[in-house]
Amino acid sequence: MDGVHDMGGMDGFGKVESEPNEPVFHQRWEGRVLAISRAISALRLWTIDMSRYGIELLSPPVYLASSYYERWFLRNVRLLTERGLIETDEMAAGHALRPGKGLDRDKFTLADVERVTRRGSYGRPGPAPARFKVGDRVRAKNIHPKTHTRLPRYARGHVGIVERLHGAHVFPDSVVAGKGEDPQWLYTVRFDAQELWGADADPTVRVSIEAFEPYLEHV
Amino acid sequence: MAAHHHDHQEGSNLSEMELRVRALETILVEKGYVETAALDRIVELYETKIGPHIGAQVVAKAWSDPAFRRSLLEDASKAVSTLAQVGRVGEHLVAVENTPQVHNMVVCTLCSCYPTDVLGLPPLWYKSFPYRSRAVKEPRAVLADFGVVLPATTDIRVWDSTAETRFLVVPMRPAETDGWSEAQLATLVTRDCMIGTGLPKKPSEVA
Repeated sequence: MDGVHDMGGMDGFGKVESEPNEPVFHQRWEGRVLAISRAISALRLWTIDMSRYGIELLSPPVYLASSYYERWFLRNVRLLTERGLIETDEMAAGHALRPGKGLDRDKFTLADVERVTRRGSYGRPGPAPARFKVGDRVRAKNIHPKTHTRLPRYARGHVGIVERLHGAHVFPDSVVAGKGEDPQWLYTVRFDAQELWGADADPTVRVSIEAFEPYLEHV
Repeated sequence: MAAHHHDHQEGSNLSEMELRVRALETILVEKGYVETAALDRIVELYETKIGPHIGAQVVAKAWSDPAFRRSLLEDASKAVSTLAQVGRVGEHLVAVENTPQVHNMVVCTLCSCYPTDVLGLPPLWYKSFPYRSRAVKEPRAVLADFGVVLPATTDIRVWDSTAETRFLVVPMRPAETDGWSEAQLATLVTRDCMIGTGLPKKPSEVA
């Protein structure tokens, strides 16, 4: 979706402010939100892509006005509520009003922690031979899917060079659309800044995206 | 955003977010979906165990051991997982090396993708709207916000983490570090220099 989360190239957000000796969490609740997010992801009710889409679905004013972990919290409540794991009156009451729903997975316990603090594997066997090879000139398609996609707006319609082929990976667009993992070849595609941003852009800058094969076409 | 401080209960100075998050955690525990001790452990791991010191060891090794450097650039997940002091890391990690010709910088414009296995959780600025919006369009200006000025002739290469691949920048080894041990070299490697918004410390800064 052409959402406010797709921020590459927007102006007006100001300077990047780095905080010296920044704590891992600024408030205790932020750590709890992170831990809850990791734990409920292990219940396998949704995937990482559905979880990202849950944040993209926040309305633009809410997205922009919320802090990072506030967005995570809102996403968690939304996904848990949609799937009937918690209910709105329970959030208002501050405790469970009904027994838990039966799940395929057991309760998330200490023994599961290591598994969620290491990133998973998204590589899968390829669907067919890769269409592009390193060095090919490709265009990022001018597409505007209504649901989740990982093709950023700023790259759409622009021509770049295939720099790497990573193998086939789970395709986020299909996962969120309910079409399963639908593995697709994943490429690093490099663009000149002047191709993306026009003749006034810095000629020494190049930008790459990680592009799934369905995002690309031969030039 | 600053925390919103409201007095919901007499004598309570908990923020509204603290209360709402407590409510959610309480419900999840009461319903039997998660165990409190497991949540505590996740927080503890990110606060004490999983952080940029891991990446710093990887970079210091790459600076010291040419064979490791080659395997790191070839397949970073595999290379890093061979390091006893690190242990197995997740797949799809890609190491990109700075040279006098090219400076690498990593961003996630769409959300906050970051090589957590080797750098821990991302700092606030990495997840911020200014960084996400500007890194792909005016990286030199972003670097200037960090006090980093590169020669005008150095190419800048920005990696937007739009899939599950994760990028670790291997900065250039600082001068005057001949004969340094990996442990000494690791003290020069900052988090920001492994994202590409900083440069390693100079030997004089850690002496």
